[in-house]
Amino acid sequence: MSTPVASEQTQVEPAGAEVAESDTPWRTVVWNDPVNLMSYVTYVFQKLFGYSRDHATKLMLDVHQKGKAIVSSGSKEKVETDVAKLHAAGLWATMEQPS
Amino acid sequence: MNGWRRKGAVIHAGFEQQEAAVLRGLVSQLEDMLTARAEEAPQDELAELTGIRTGPTESPDDPVLSRLLPDFHKLDPDNPSREDIDSVAAMRSLHEPELLDIKVGVAKIVLDTLPRDGGHVRLTEEQADAWLGALNDVRLALGTALDVTEDMPDELPEDDPRAPHLGVYHWLTWVQETLIQALTG
Repeated sequence: MSTPVASEQTQVEPAGAEVAESDTPWRTVVWNDPVNLMSYVTYVFQKLFGYSRDHATKLMLDVHQKGKAIVSSGSKEKVETDVAKLHAAGLWATMEQPS
Repeated sequence: MNGWRRKGAVIHAGFEQQEAAVLRGLVSQLEDMLTARAEEAPQDELAELTGIRTGPTESPDDPVLSRLLPDFHKLDPDNPSREDIDSVAAMRSLHEPELLDIKVGVAKIVLDTLPRDGGHVRLTEEQADAWLGALNDVRLALGTALDVTEDMPDELPEDDPRAPHLGVYHWLTWVQETLIQALTG
């Protein structure tokens, strides 16, 4: 959610801040949806990211219970590739760069 | 259909004629929708020269296609930033052709391995993964069309026009679930 306070902050940032901002890691977000099965989502996290069954299950439960989970992070290119793979698997994924 | 089983490296299941017809019908419809979307992509001489394909920049109007081909960013519904709007368009144009290829590809594997009259289906692990993706795509399509919710009952009231289709949806869910069990068990 964007707030007026945040936009004011952006305006007063020194010019150098833009460079620093682009170094902030991107993150891959998976959102809850009513169709994808819990077992399938866990399987996809293991298969695509090589996560252990326990870690994949924890992320799946976060998606299910909290509505979303951050499943990977890194450079824009890496995260973009991860989102594309998740779309191929039918998961609802987006990418964002925290400000 | 008694669910998928694994025997050594082979994942197998038997399909009744009617089950095969229903599944083939749904997968073919989806393949047609995806192929039609791919054909809408802008054609330009530059793309033909470089071999770099570009897809449409806009999300499909159809809710089923839109669910299968999501945006790369979650846009603020009230006040989306210009940067995000531009990035969503650019990333869709860049990635959608490959995404469509993948989804059409897994649909074709189901159609190639599931006999029209039903019967025994024997899959390699790679083919089973393709089936898993295709089953998921068909459930997403049907789930979106039926407006499925998380607490959807097993049966809807008889006068609900969605009632007969929900049975198919639940059957697909079961087929997918047993395939995951066979792959991971």
